[in-house]
Amino acid sequence: MSESMMTLHSLGPAVPEIYLAAAICLVLLFEAFIGVKRQGATGTLTLLVLAVGAGLTVAFADVTHRVVLFDGSYVADPLAFVLKLAGFLSVAVALLYSRAYLRNREILKGEYYVLALTALLGIFVLISANSLLTVYLGVELLALSVYAMVAFDRESGVAAEAAMKYFVLGAIASGMLLYGMSIVYGLTGTLNLGRIAGAVTAPDSLGVVLAVTFIVVAVAFKLGAVPFHMWLPDVYEGAPTSVTLFIGTAPKIAYFALALRLLAHGLAGATVDWTRMLMPIAVLTLVVGNVVAIAQTNIKRMLAYSTISHVGFIILGFVAGTASGYAAALYYTLVYVLVSLGSFGVVVLASRKGFEADKLSDYKGLYRRDPLLALAMAMLMFSTAGVPPFVGFWAKLRIIQALWESSHLWLVIIAVVMSVVGAFYYLRVVKLMYFDDAPETLPPTERSVGVRFALGVNAAAVLVLGVFPAPLLDLCAHVIH
Amino acid sequence: MHDYLLSLLIWLPIAAGIVVLLLGERNIVAGRWISLIATLATLALCVPLWRDFNTHTAAYQFVEKAAWIPRFHAYYALGVDGISMPLIVLTALMTIPVVIAAWNVINARPAQYYASFLIMEGLMIGVFAATDALLFYFFWEAMLIPMFLIIGIWGGPRRVYATIKFFLYTFLGSVFMLAALIYMYVKCGSYSIAAFQALPLTLTEQRWIFAAFLIAFAVKVPMWPVHTWLPDAHVEAPTGGSVILAAIMLKMGGYGFLRFALPIAPDACRHLYFLIVVLSLIAVIYIGFVALVQQDMKKLIAYSSIAHMGFVTLGIFLVYAILSNTGSTHGAAMGMDGAMVQMVSHGLISGALFLCVGVLYDRMHSRQIADYGGVVNTMPVFAGFMVLFALANTGLPGTSGFVGEFLVILASFKANFWYSALAALTLILAAAYTLWLVKRVVFGPVGNDRVAKLTDLNGREFLILGALAVVVLLVGIWPAPLLKVMGPSIQHLVHQAVATKIPA
Repeated sequence: MSESMMTLHSLGPAVPEIYLAAAICLVLLFEAFIGVKRQGATGTLTLLVLAVGAGLTVAFADVTHRVVLFDGSYVADPLAFVLKLAGFLSVAVALLYSRAYLRNREILKGEYYVLALTALLGIFVLISANSLLTVYLGVELLALSVYAMVAFDRESGVAAEAAMKYFVLGAIASGMLLYGMSIVYGLTGTLNLGRIAGAVTAPDSLGVVLAVTFIVVAVAFKLGAVPFHMWLPDVYEGAPTSVTLFIGTAPKIAYFALALRLLAHGLAGATVDWTRMLMPIAVLTLVVGNVVAIAQTNIKRMLAYSTISHVGFIILGFVAGTASGYAAALYYTLVYVLVSLGSFGVVVLASRKGFEADKLSDYKGLYRRDPLLALAMAMLMFSTAGVPPFVGFWAKLRIIQALWESSHLWLVIIAVVMSVVGAFYYLRVVKLMYFDDAPETLPPTERSVGVRFALGVNAAAVLVLGVFPAPLLDLCAHVIH
Repeated sequence: MHDYLLSLLIWLPIAAGIVVLLLGERNIVAGRWISLIATLATLALCVPLWRDFNTHTAAYQFVEKAAWIPRFHAYYALGVDGISMPLIVLTALMTIPVVIAAWNVINARPAQYYASFLIMEGLMIGVFAATDALLFYFFWEAMLIPMFLIIGIWGGPRRVYATIKFFLYTFLGSVFMLAALIYMYVKCGSYSIAAFQALPLTLTEQRWIFAAFLIAFAVKVPMWPVHTWLPDAHVEAPTGGSVILAAIMLKMGGYGFLRFALPIAPDACRHLYFLIVVLSLIAVIYIGFVALVQQDMKKLIAYSSIAHMGFVTLGIFLVYAILSNTGSTHGAAMGMDGAMVQMVSHGLISGALFLCVGVLYDRMHSRQIADYGGVVNTMPVFAGFMVLFALANTGLPGTSGFVGEFLVILASFKANFWYSALAALTLILAAAYTLWLVKRVVFGPVGNDRVAKLTDLNGREFLILGALAVVVLLVGIWPAPLLKVMGPSIQHLVHQAVATKIPA
């Protein structure tokens, strides 16, 4: 089938994006006429939109092989299908957890949901990108939506500062990305990733090294890898917690796709270049993330550095430079998203009106105030520490396995030592919740049944996927051929 | 039933633990009884395990195998041989006194307390029963979580420091073992422990793997100099936590050496055995002196545990010393037999001693030796038990403590006179610190008013200490059944341990 041949029928694989673009307009109109009168209605509609979207994705976009559309700039493959479903799910869960938080801060506005949906559209475009232009389109759509979300609480000076920082540094990263892309275009004369993969075959040539350097920097920035991580803790801390929850989860799926499509696929011919560059980045990211997290007193900042350390593990999967390594990175990313939804979700649920619950000390004796929340958080913390029977263990196991397969003895040692360092600050959270006594003055946690049920399911998933890891491991290995 | 006996042993206590947890603190009376019935039922399941165990083969018995992660060829594979079976019985046995000892004593969050121990019991049995390395590691690590909570929630004043130290120490050890296991999986495409044991490895590979195992198991045993977590953990843990730590968790280090280090990296073991022997002798002698000066009863028993576990590692690695000294492995099995008996015996005796300290602590809320004196005057029955277990700890003939130490010392004569001379020295040291403890706590005139007001054992306490005393004496007087069960597996292990795995 020629790539340019286009019939209505052949658009099936692109249903998620087409549907989402239409739904965004619908939500916007709904907000303008109904949502302004009935607070919260837009949020409910958005959740409905996401559920329908996931259903449509399963019905139309579940492809068993690689389909290329729109003149080669869009690709639908099993990987994209899985990532999009994960995107729908994680955005829906993030928005579900956030509702009471937004209401308490009087920022429960329809635009929040519209921005979340445009960010999701950006994520989808990035996931399915098969040309440099689509990649850039996705990156910018996602980034611009997220900048606005960080600044959404316009009363908050910290949030504005965080958004500004994010925007300026993000713009620099985008510049890097564009510059790298322009060199690639200059070298190969094409924007199509498939054709670039065929044309970039000389990893030693100066042009290729230069292009790879800029692209690696941009990817590292987007993922939050050291030394391009400085924005991440500030943004996570400054943004409203519901936004931290959002940017800490779904966009990571997109940036995994960014790294995979650009580096592992488009620049496969230069694998030796970018694995060599990513190696020190991964090591630095692991060390800085884990060590600096120990010193934090703010839980959002601590989780931000924890995120950085997880990014280090994900990059290690890429450093392996094999299909097994990419599958490990994919598995790690999905597990990370699942666990982060829960742990940032707990922070959101513990916050009340006028009480941010962002200090570690706010979690003292949480067990007494709210056993369910404490149990969920404890499970999530043990999971992120990589202790069985929780799913985080398998994520680390997969990465170590991929590193062994590519004979990286020292990276294995660094990875396991750093996971012990990481265990310390996760244990500290458990210690605060279970071993310490609660101060009298802390306000109660969020009590709405639906949200708590969702959090319970989230934590239970971490356990169930940990005891029965085979299906998700198989899925990840299957979609990365 | 034999087809899933091991699964029952693992999952029955875990299921009971979850039920107790769900019943919550409000239904604690029911929770207590469920805990007791579940632990008794687990021990009852050990009866067919012991009775129908074939003592003529070294092969795994009661095997189960189900797909777990087909992609990695990891199976839910269980089985026991003469090395793991006695340890499973020991685990099932020692959890019962923990439940009974807590009956009226643990009043803060009792349901969670019982649930933690029940889940621990299942996970510990899982460690001994797993024949798949990934499954083994899964149980091995999962076990840390309940223990972390037990010390952290029900422990003493410095419990937070102690429990985090405990967790991080053991976690650090374990992750290196995990890296080694994954390395071998990548080499041989299976997580089966038997496949690892058959996998040819160069000496360099074996050295690395041995180092990883050494870190993991030395921390668990614990061997000098990575023992420092143990006194802290023991002192701060509640009585039940100390009992399980000393009786079972320390055995996992010894079990790991027997199951993994020796058969998987035999050449590295042969090259490095001297290191282990030296570390063991340091543990036996130096830690014995450290125990002598302790002011805290629990700390004293904790150090005594380290010294006694030194005998275990010594007995295990004597095989290489004997081989290099005499050129044959004759007598090597005796050292390993001794190590195994010592593990079982130390499990019983140290558990019983910690229960004795618990009995005193429940009454006086002090573990300081100086706060006691003349306990025999007010608690004569208790004093009898305490003296019995103390003597067993010193290795008195007729108690289980004698058999293991005697076999190890006998075997060490074959290796090197100085090993046995140094090891025998510990018998004097052990007698010194244990009997001095007894003298200061139990005998003499009544130390103070609070001792004068002590009441003797209640029925519950009498029951558990009495039962343990019977077992200690039984193993001491008639160890033959235990040795018979272990025999073929130990023989097989000696063959594995001295064979070379370096590819030609």
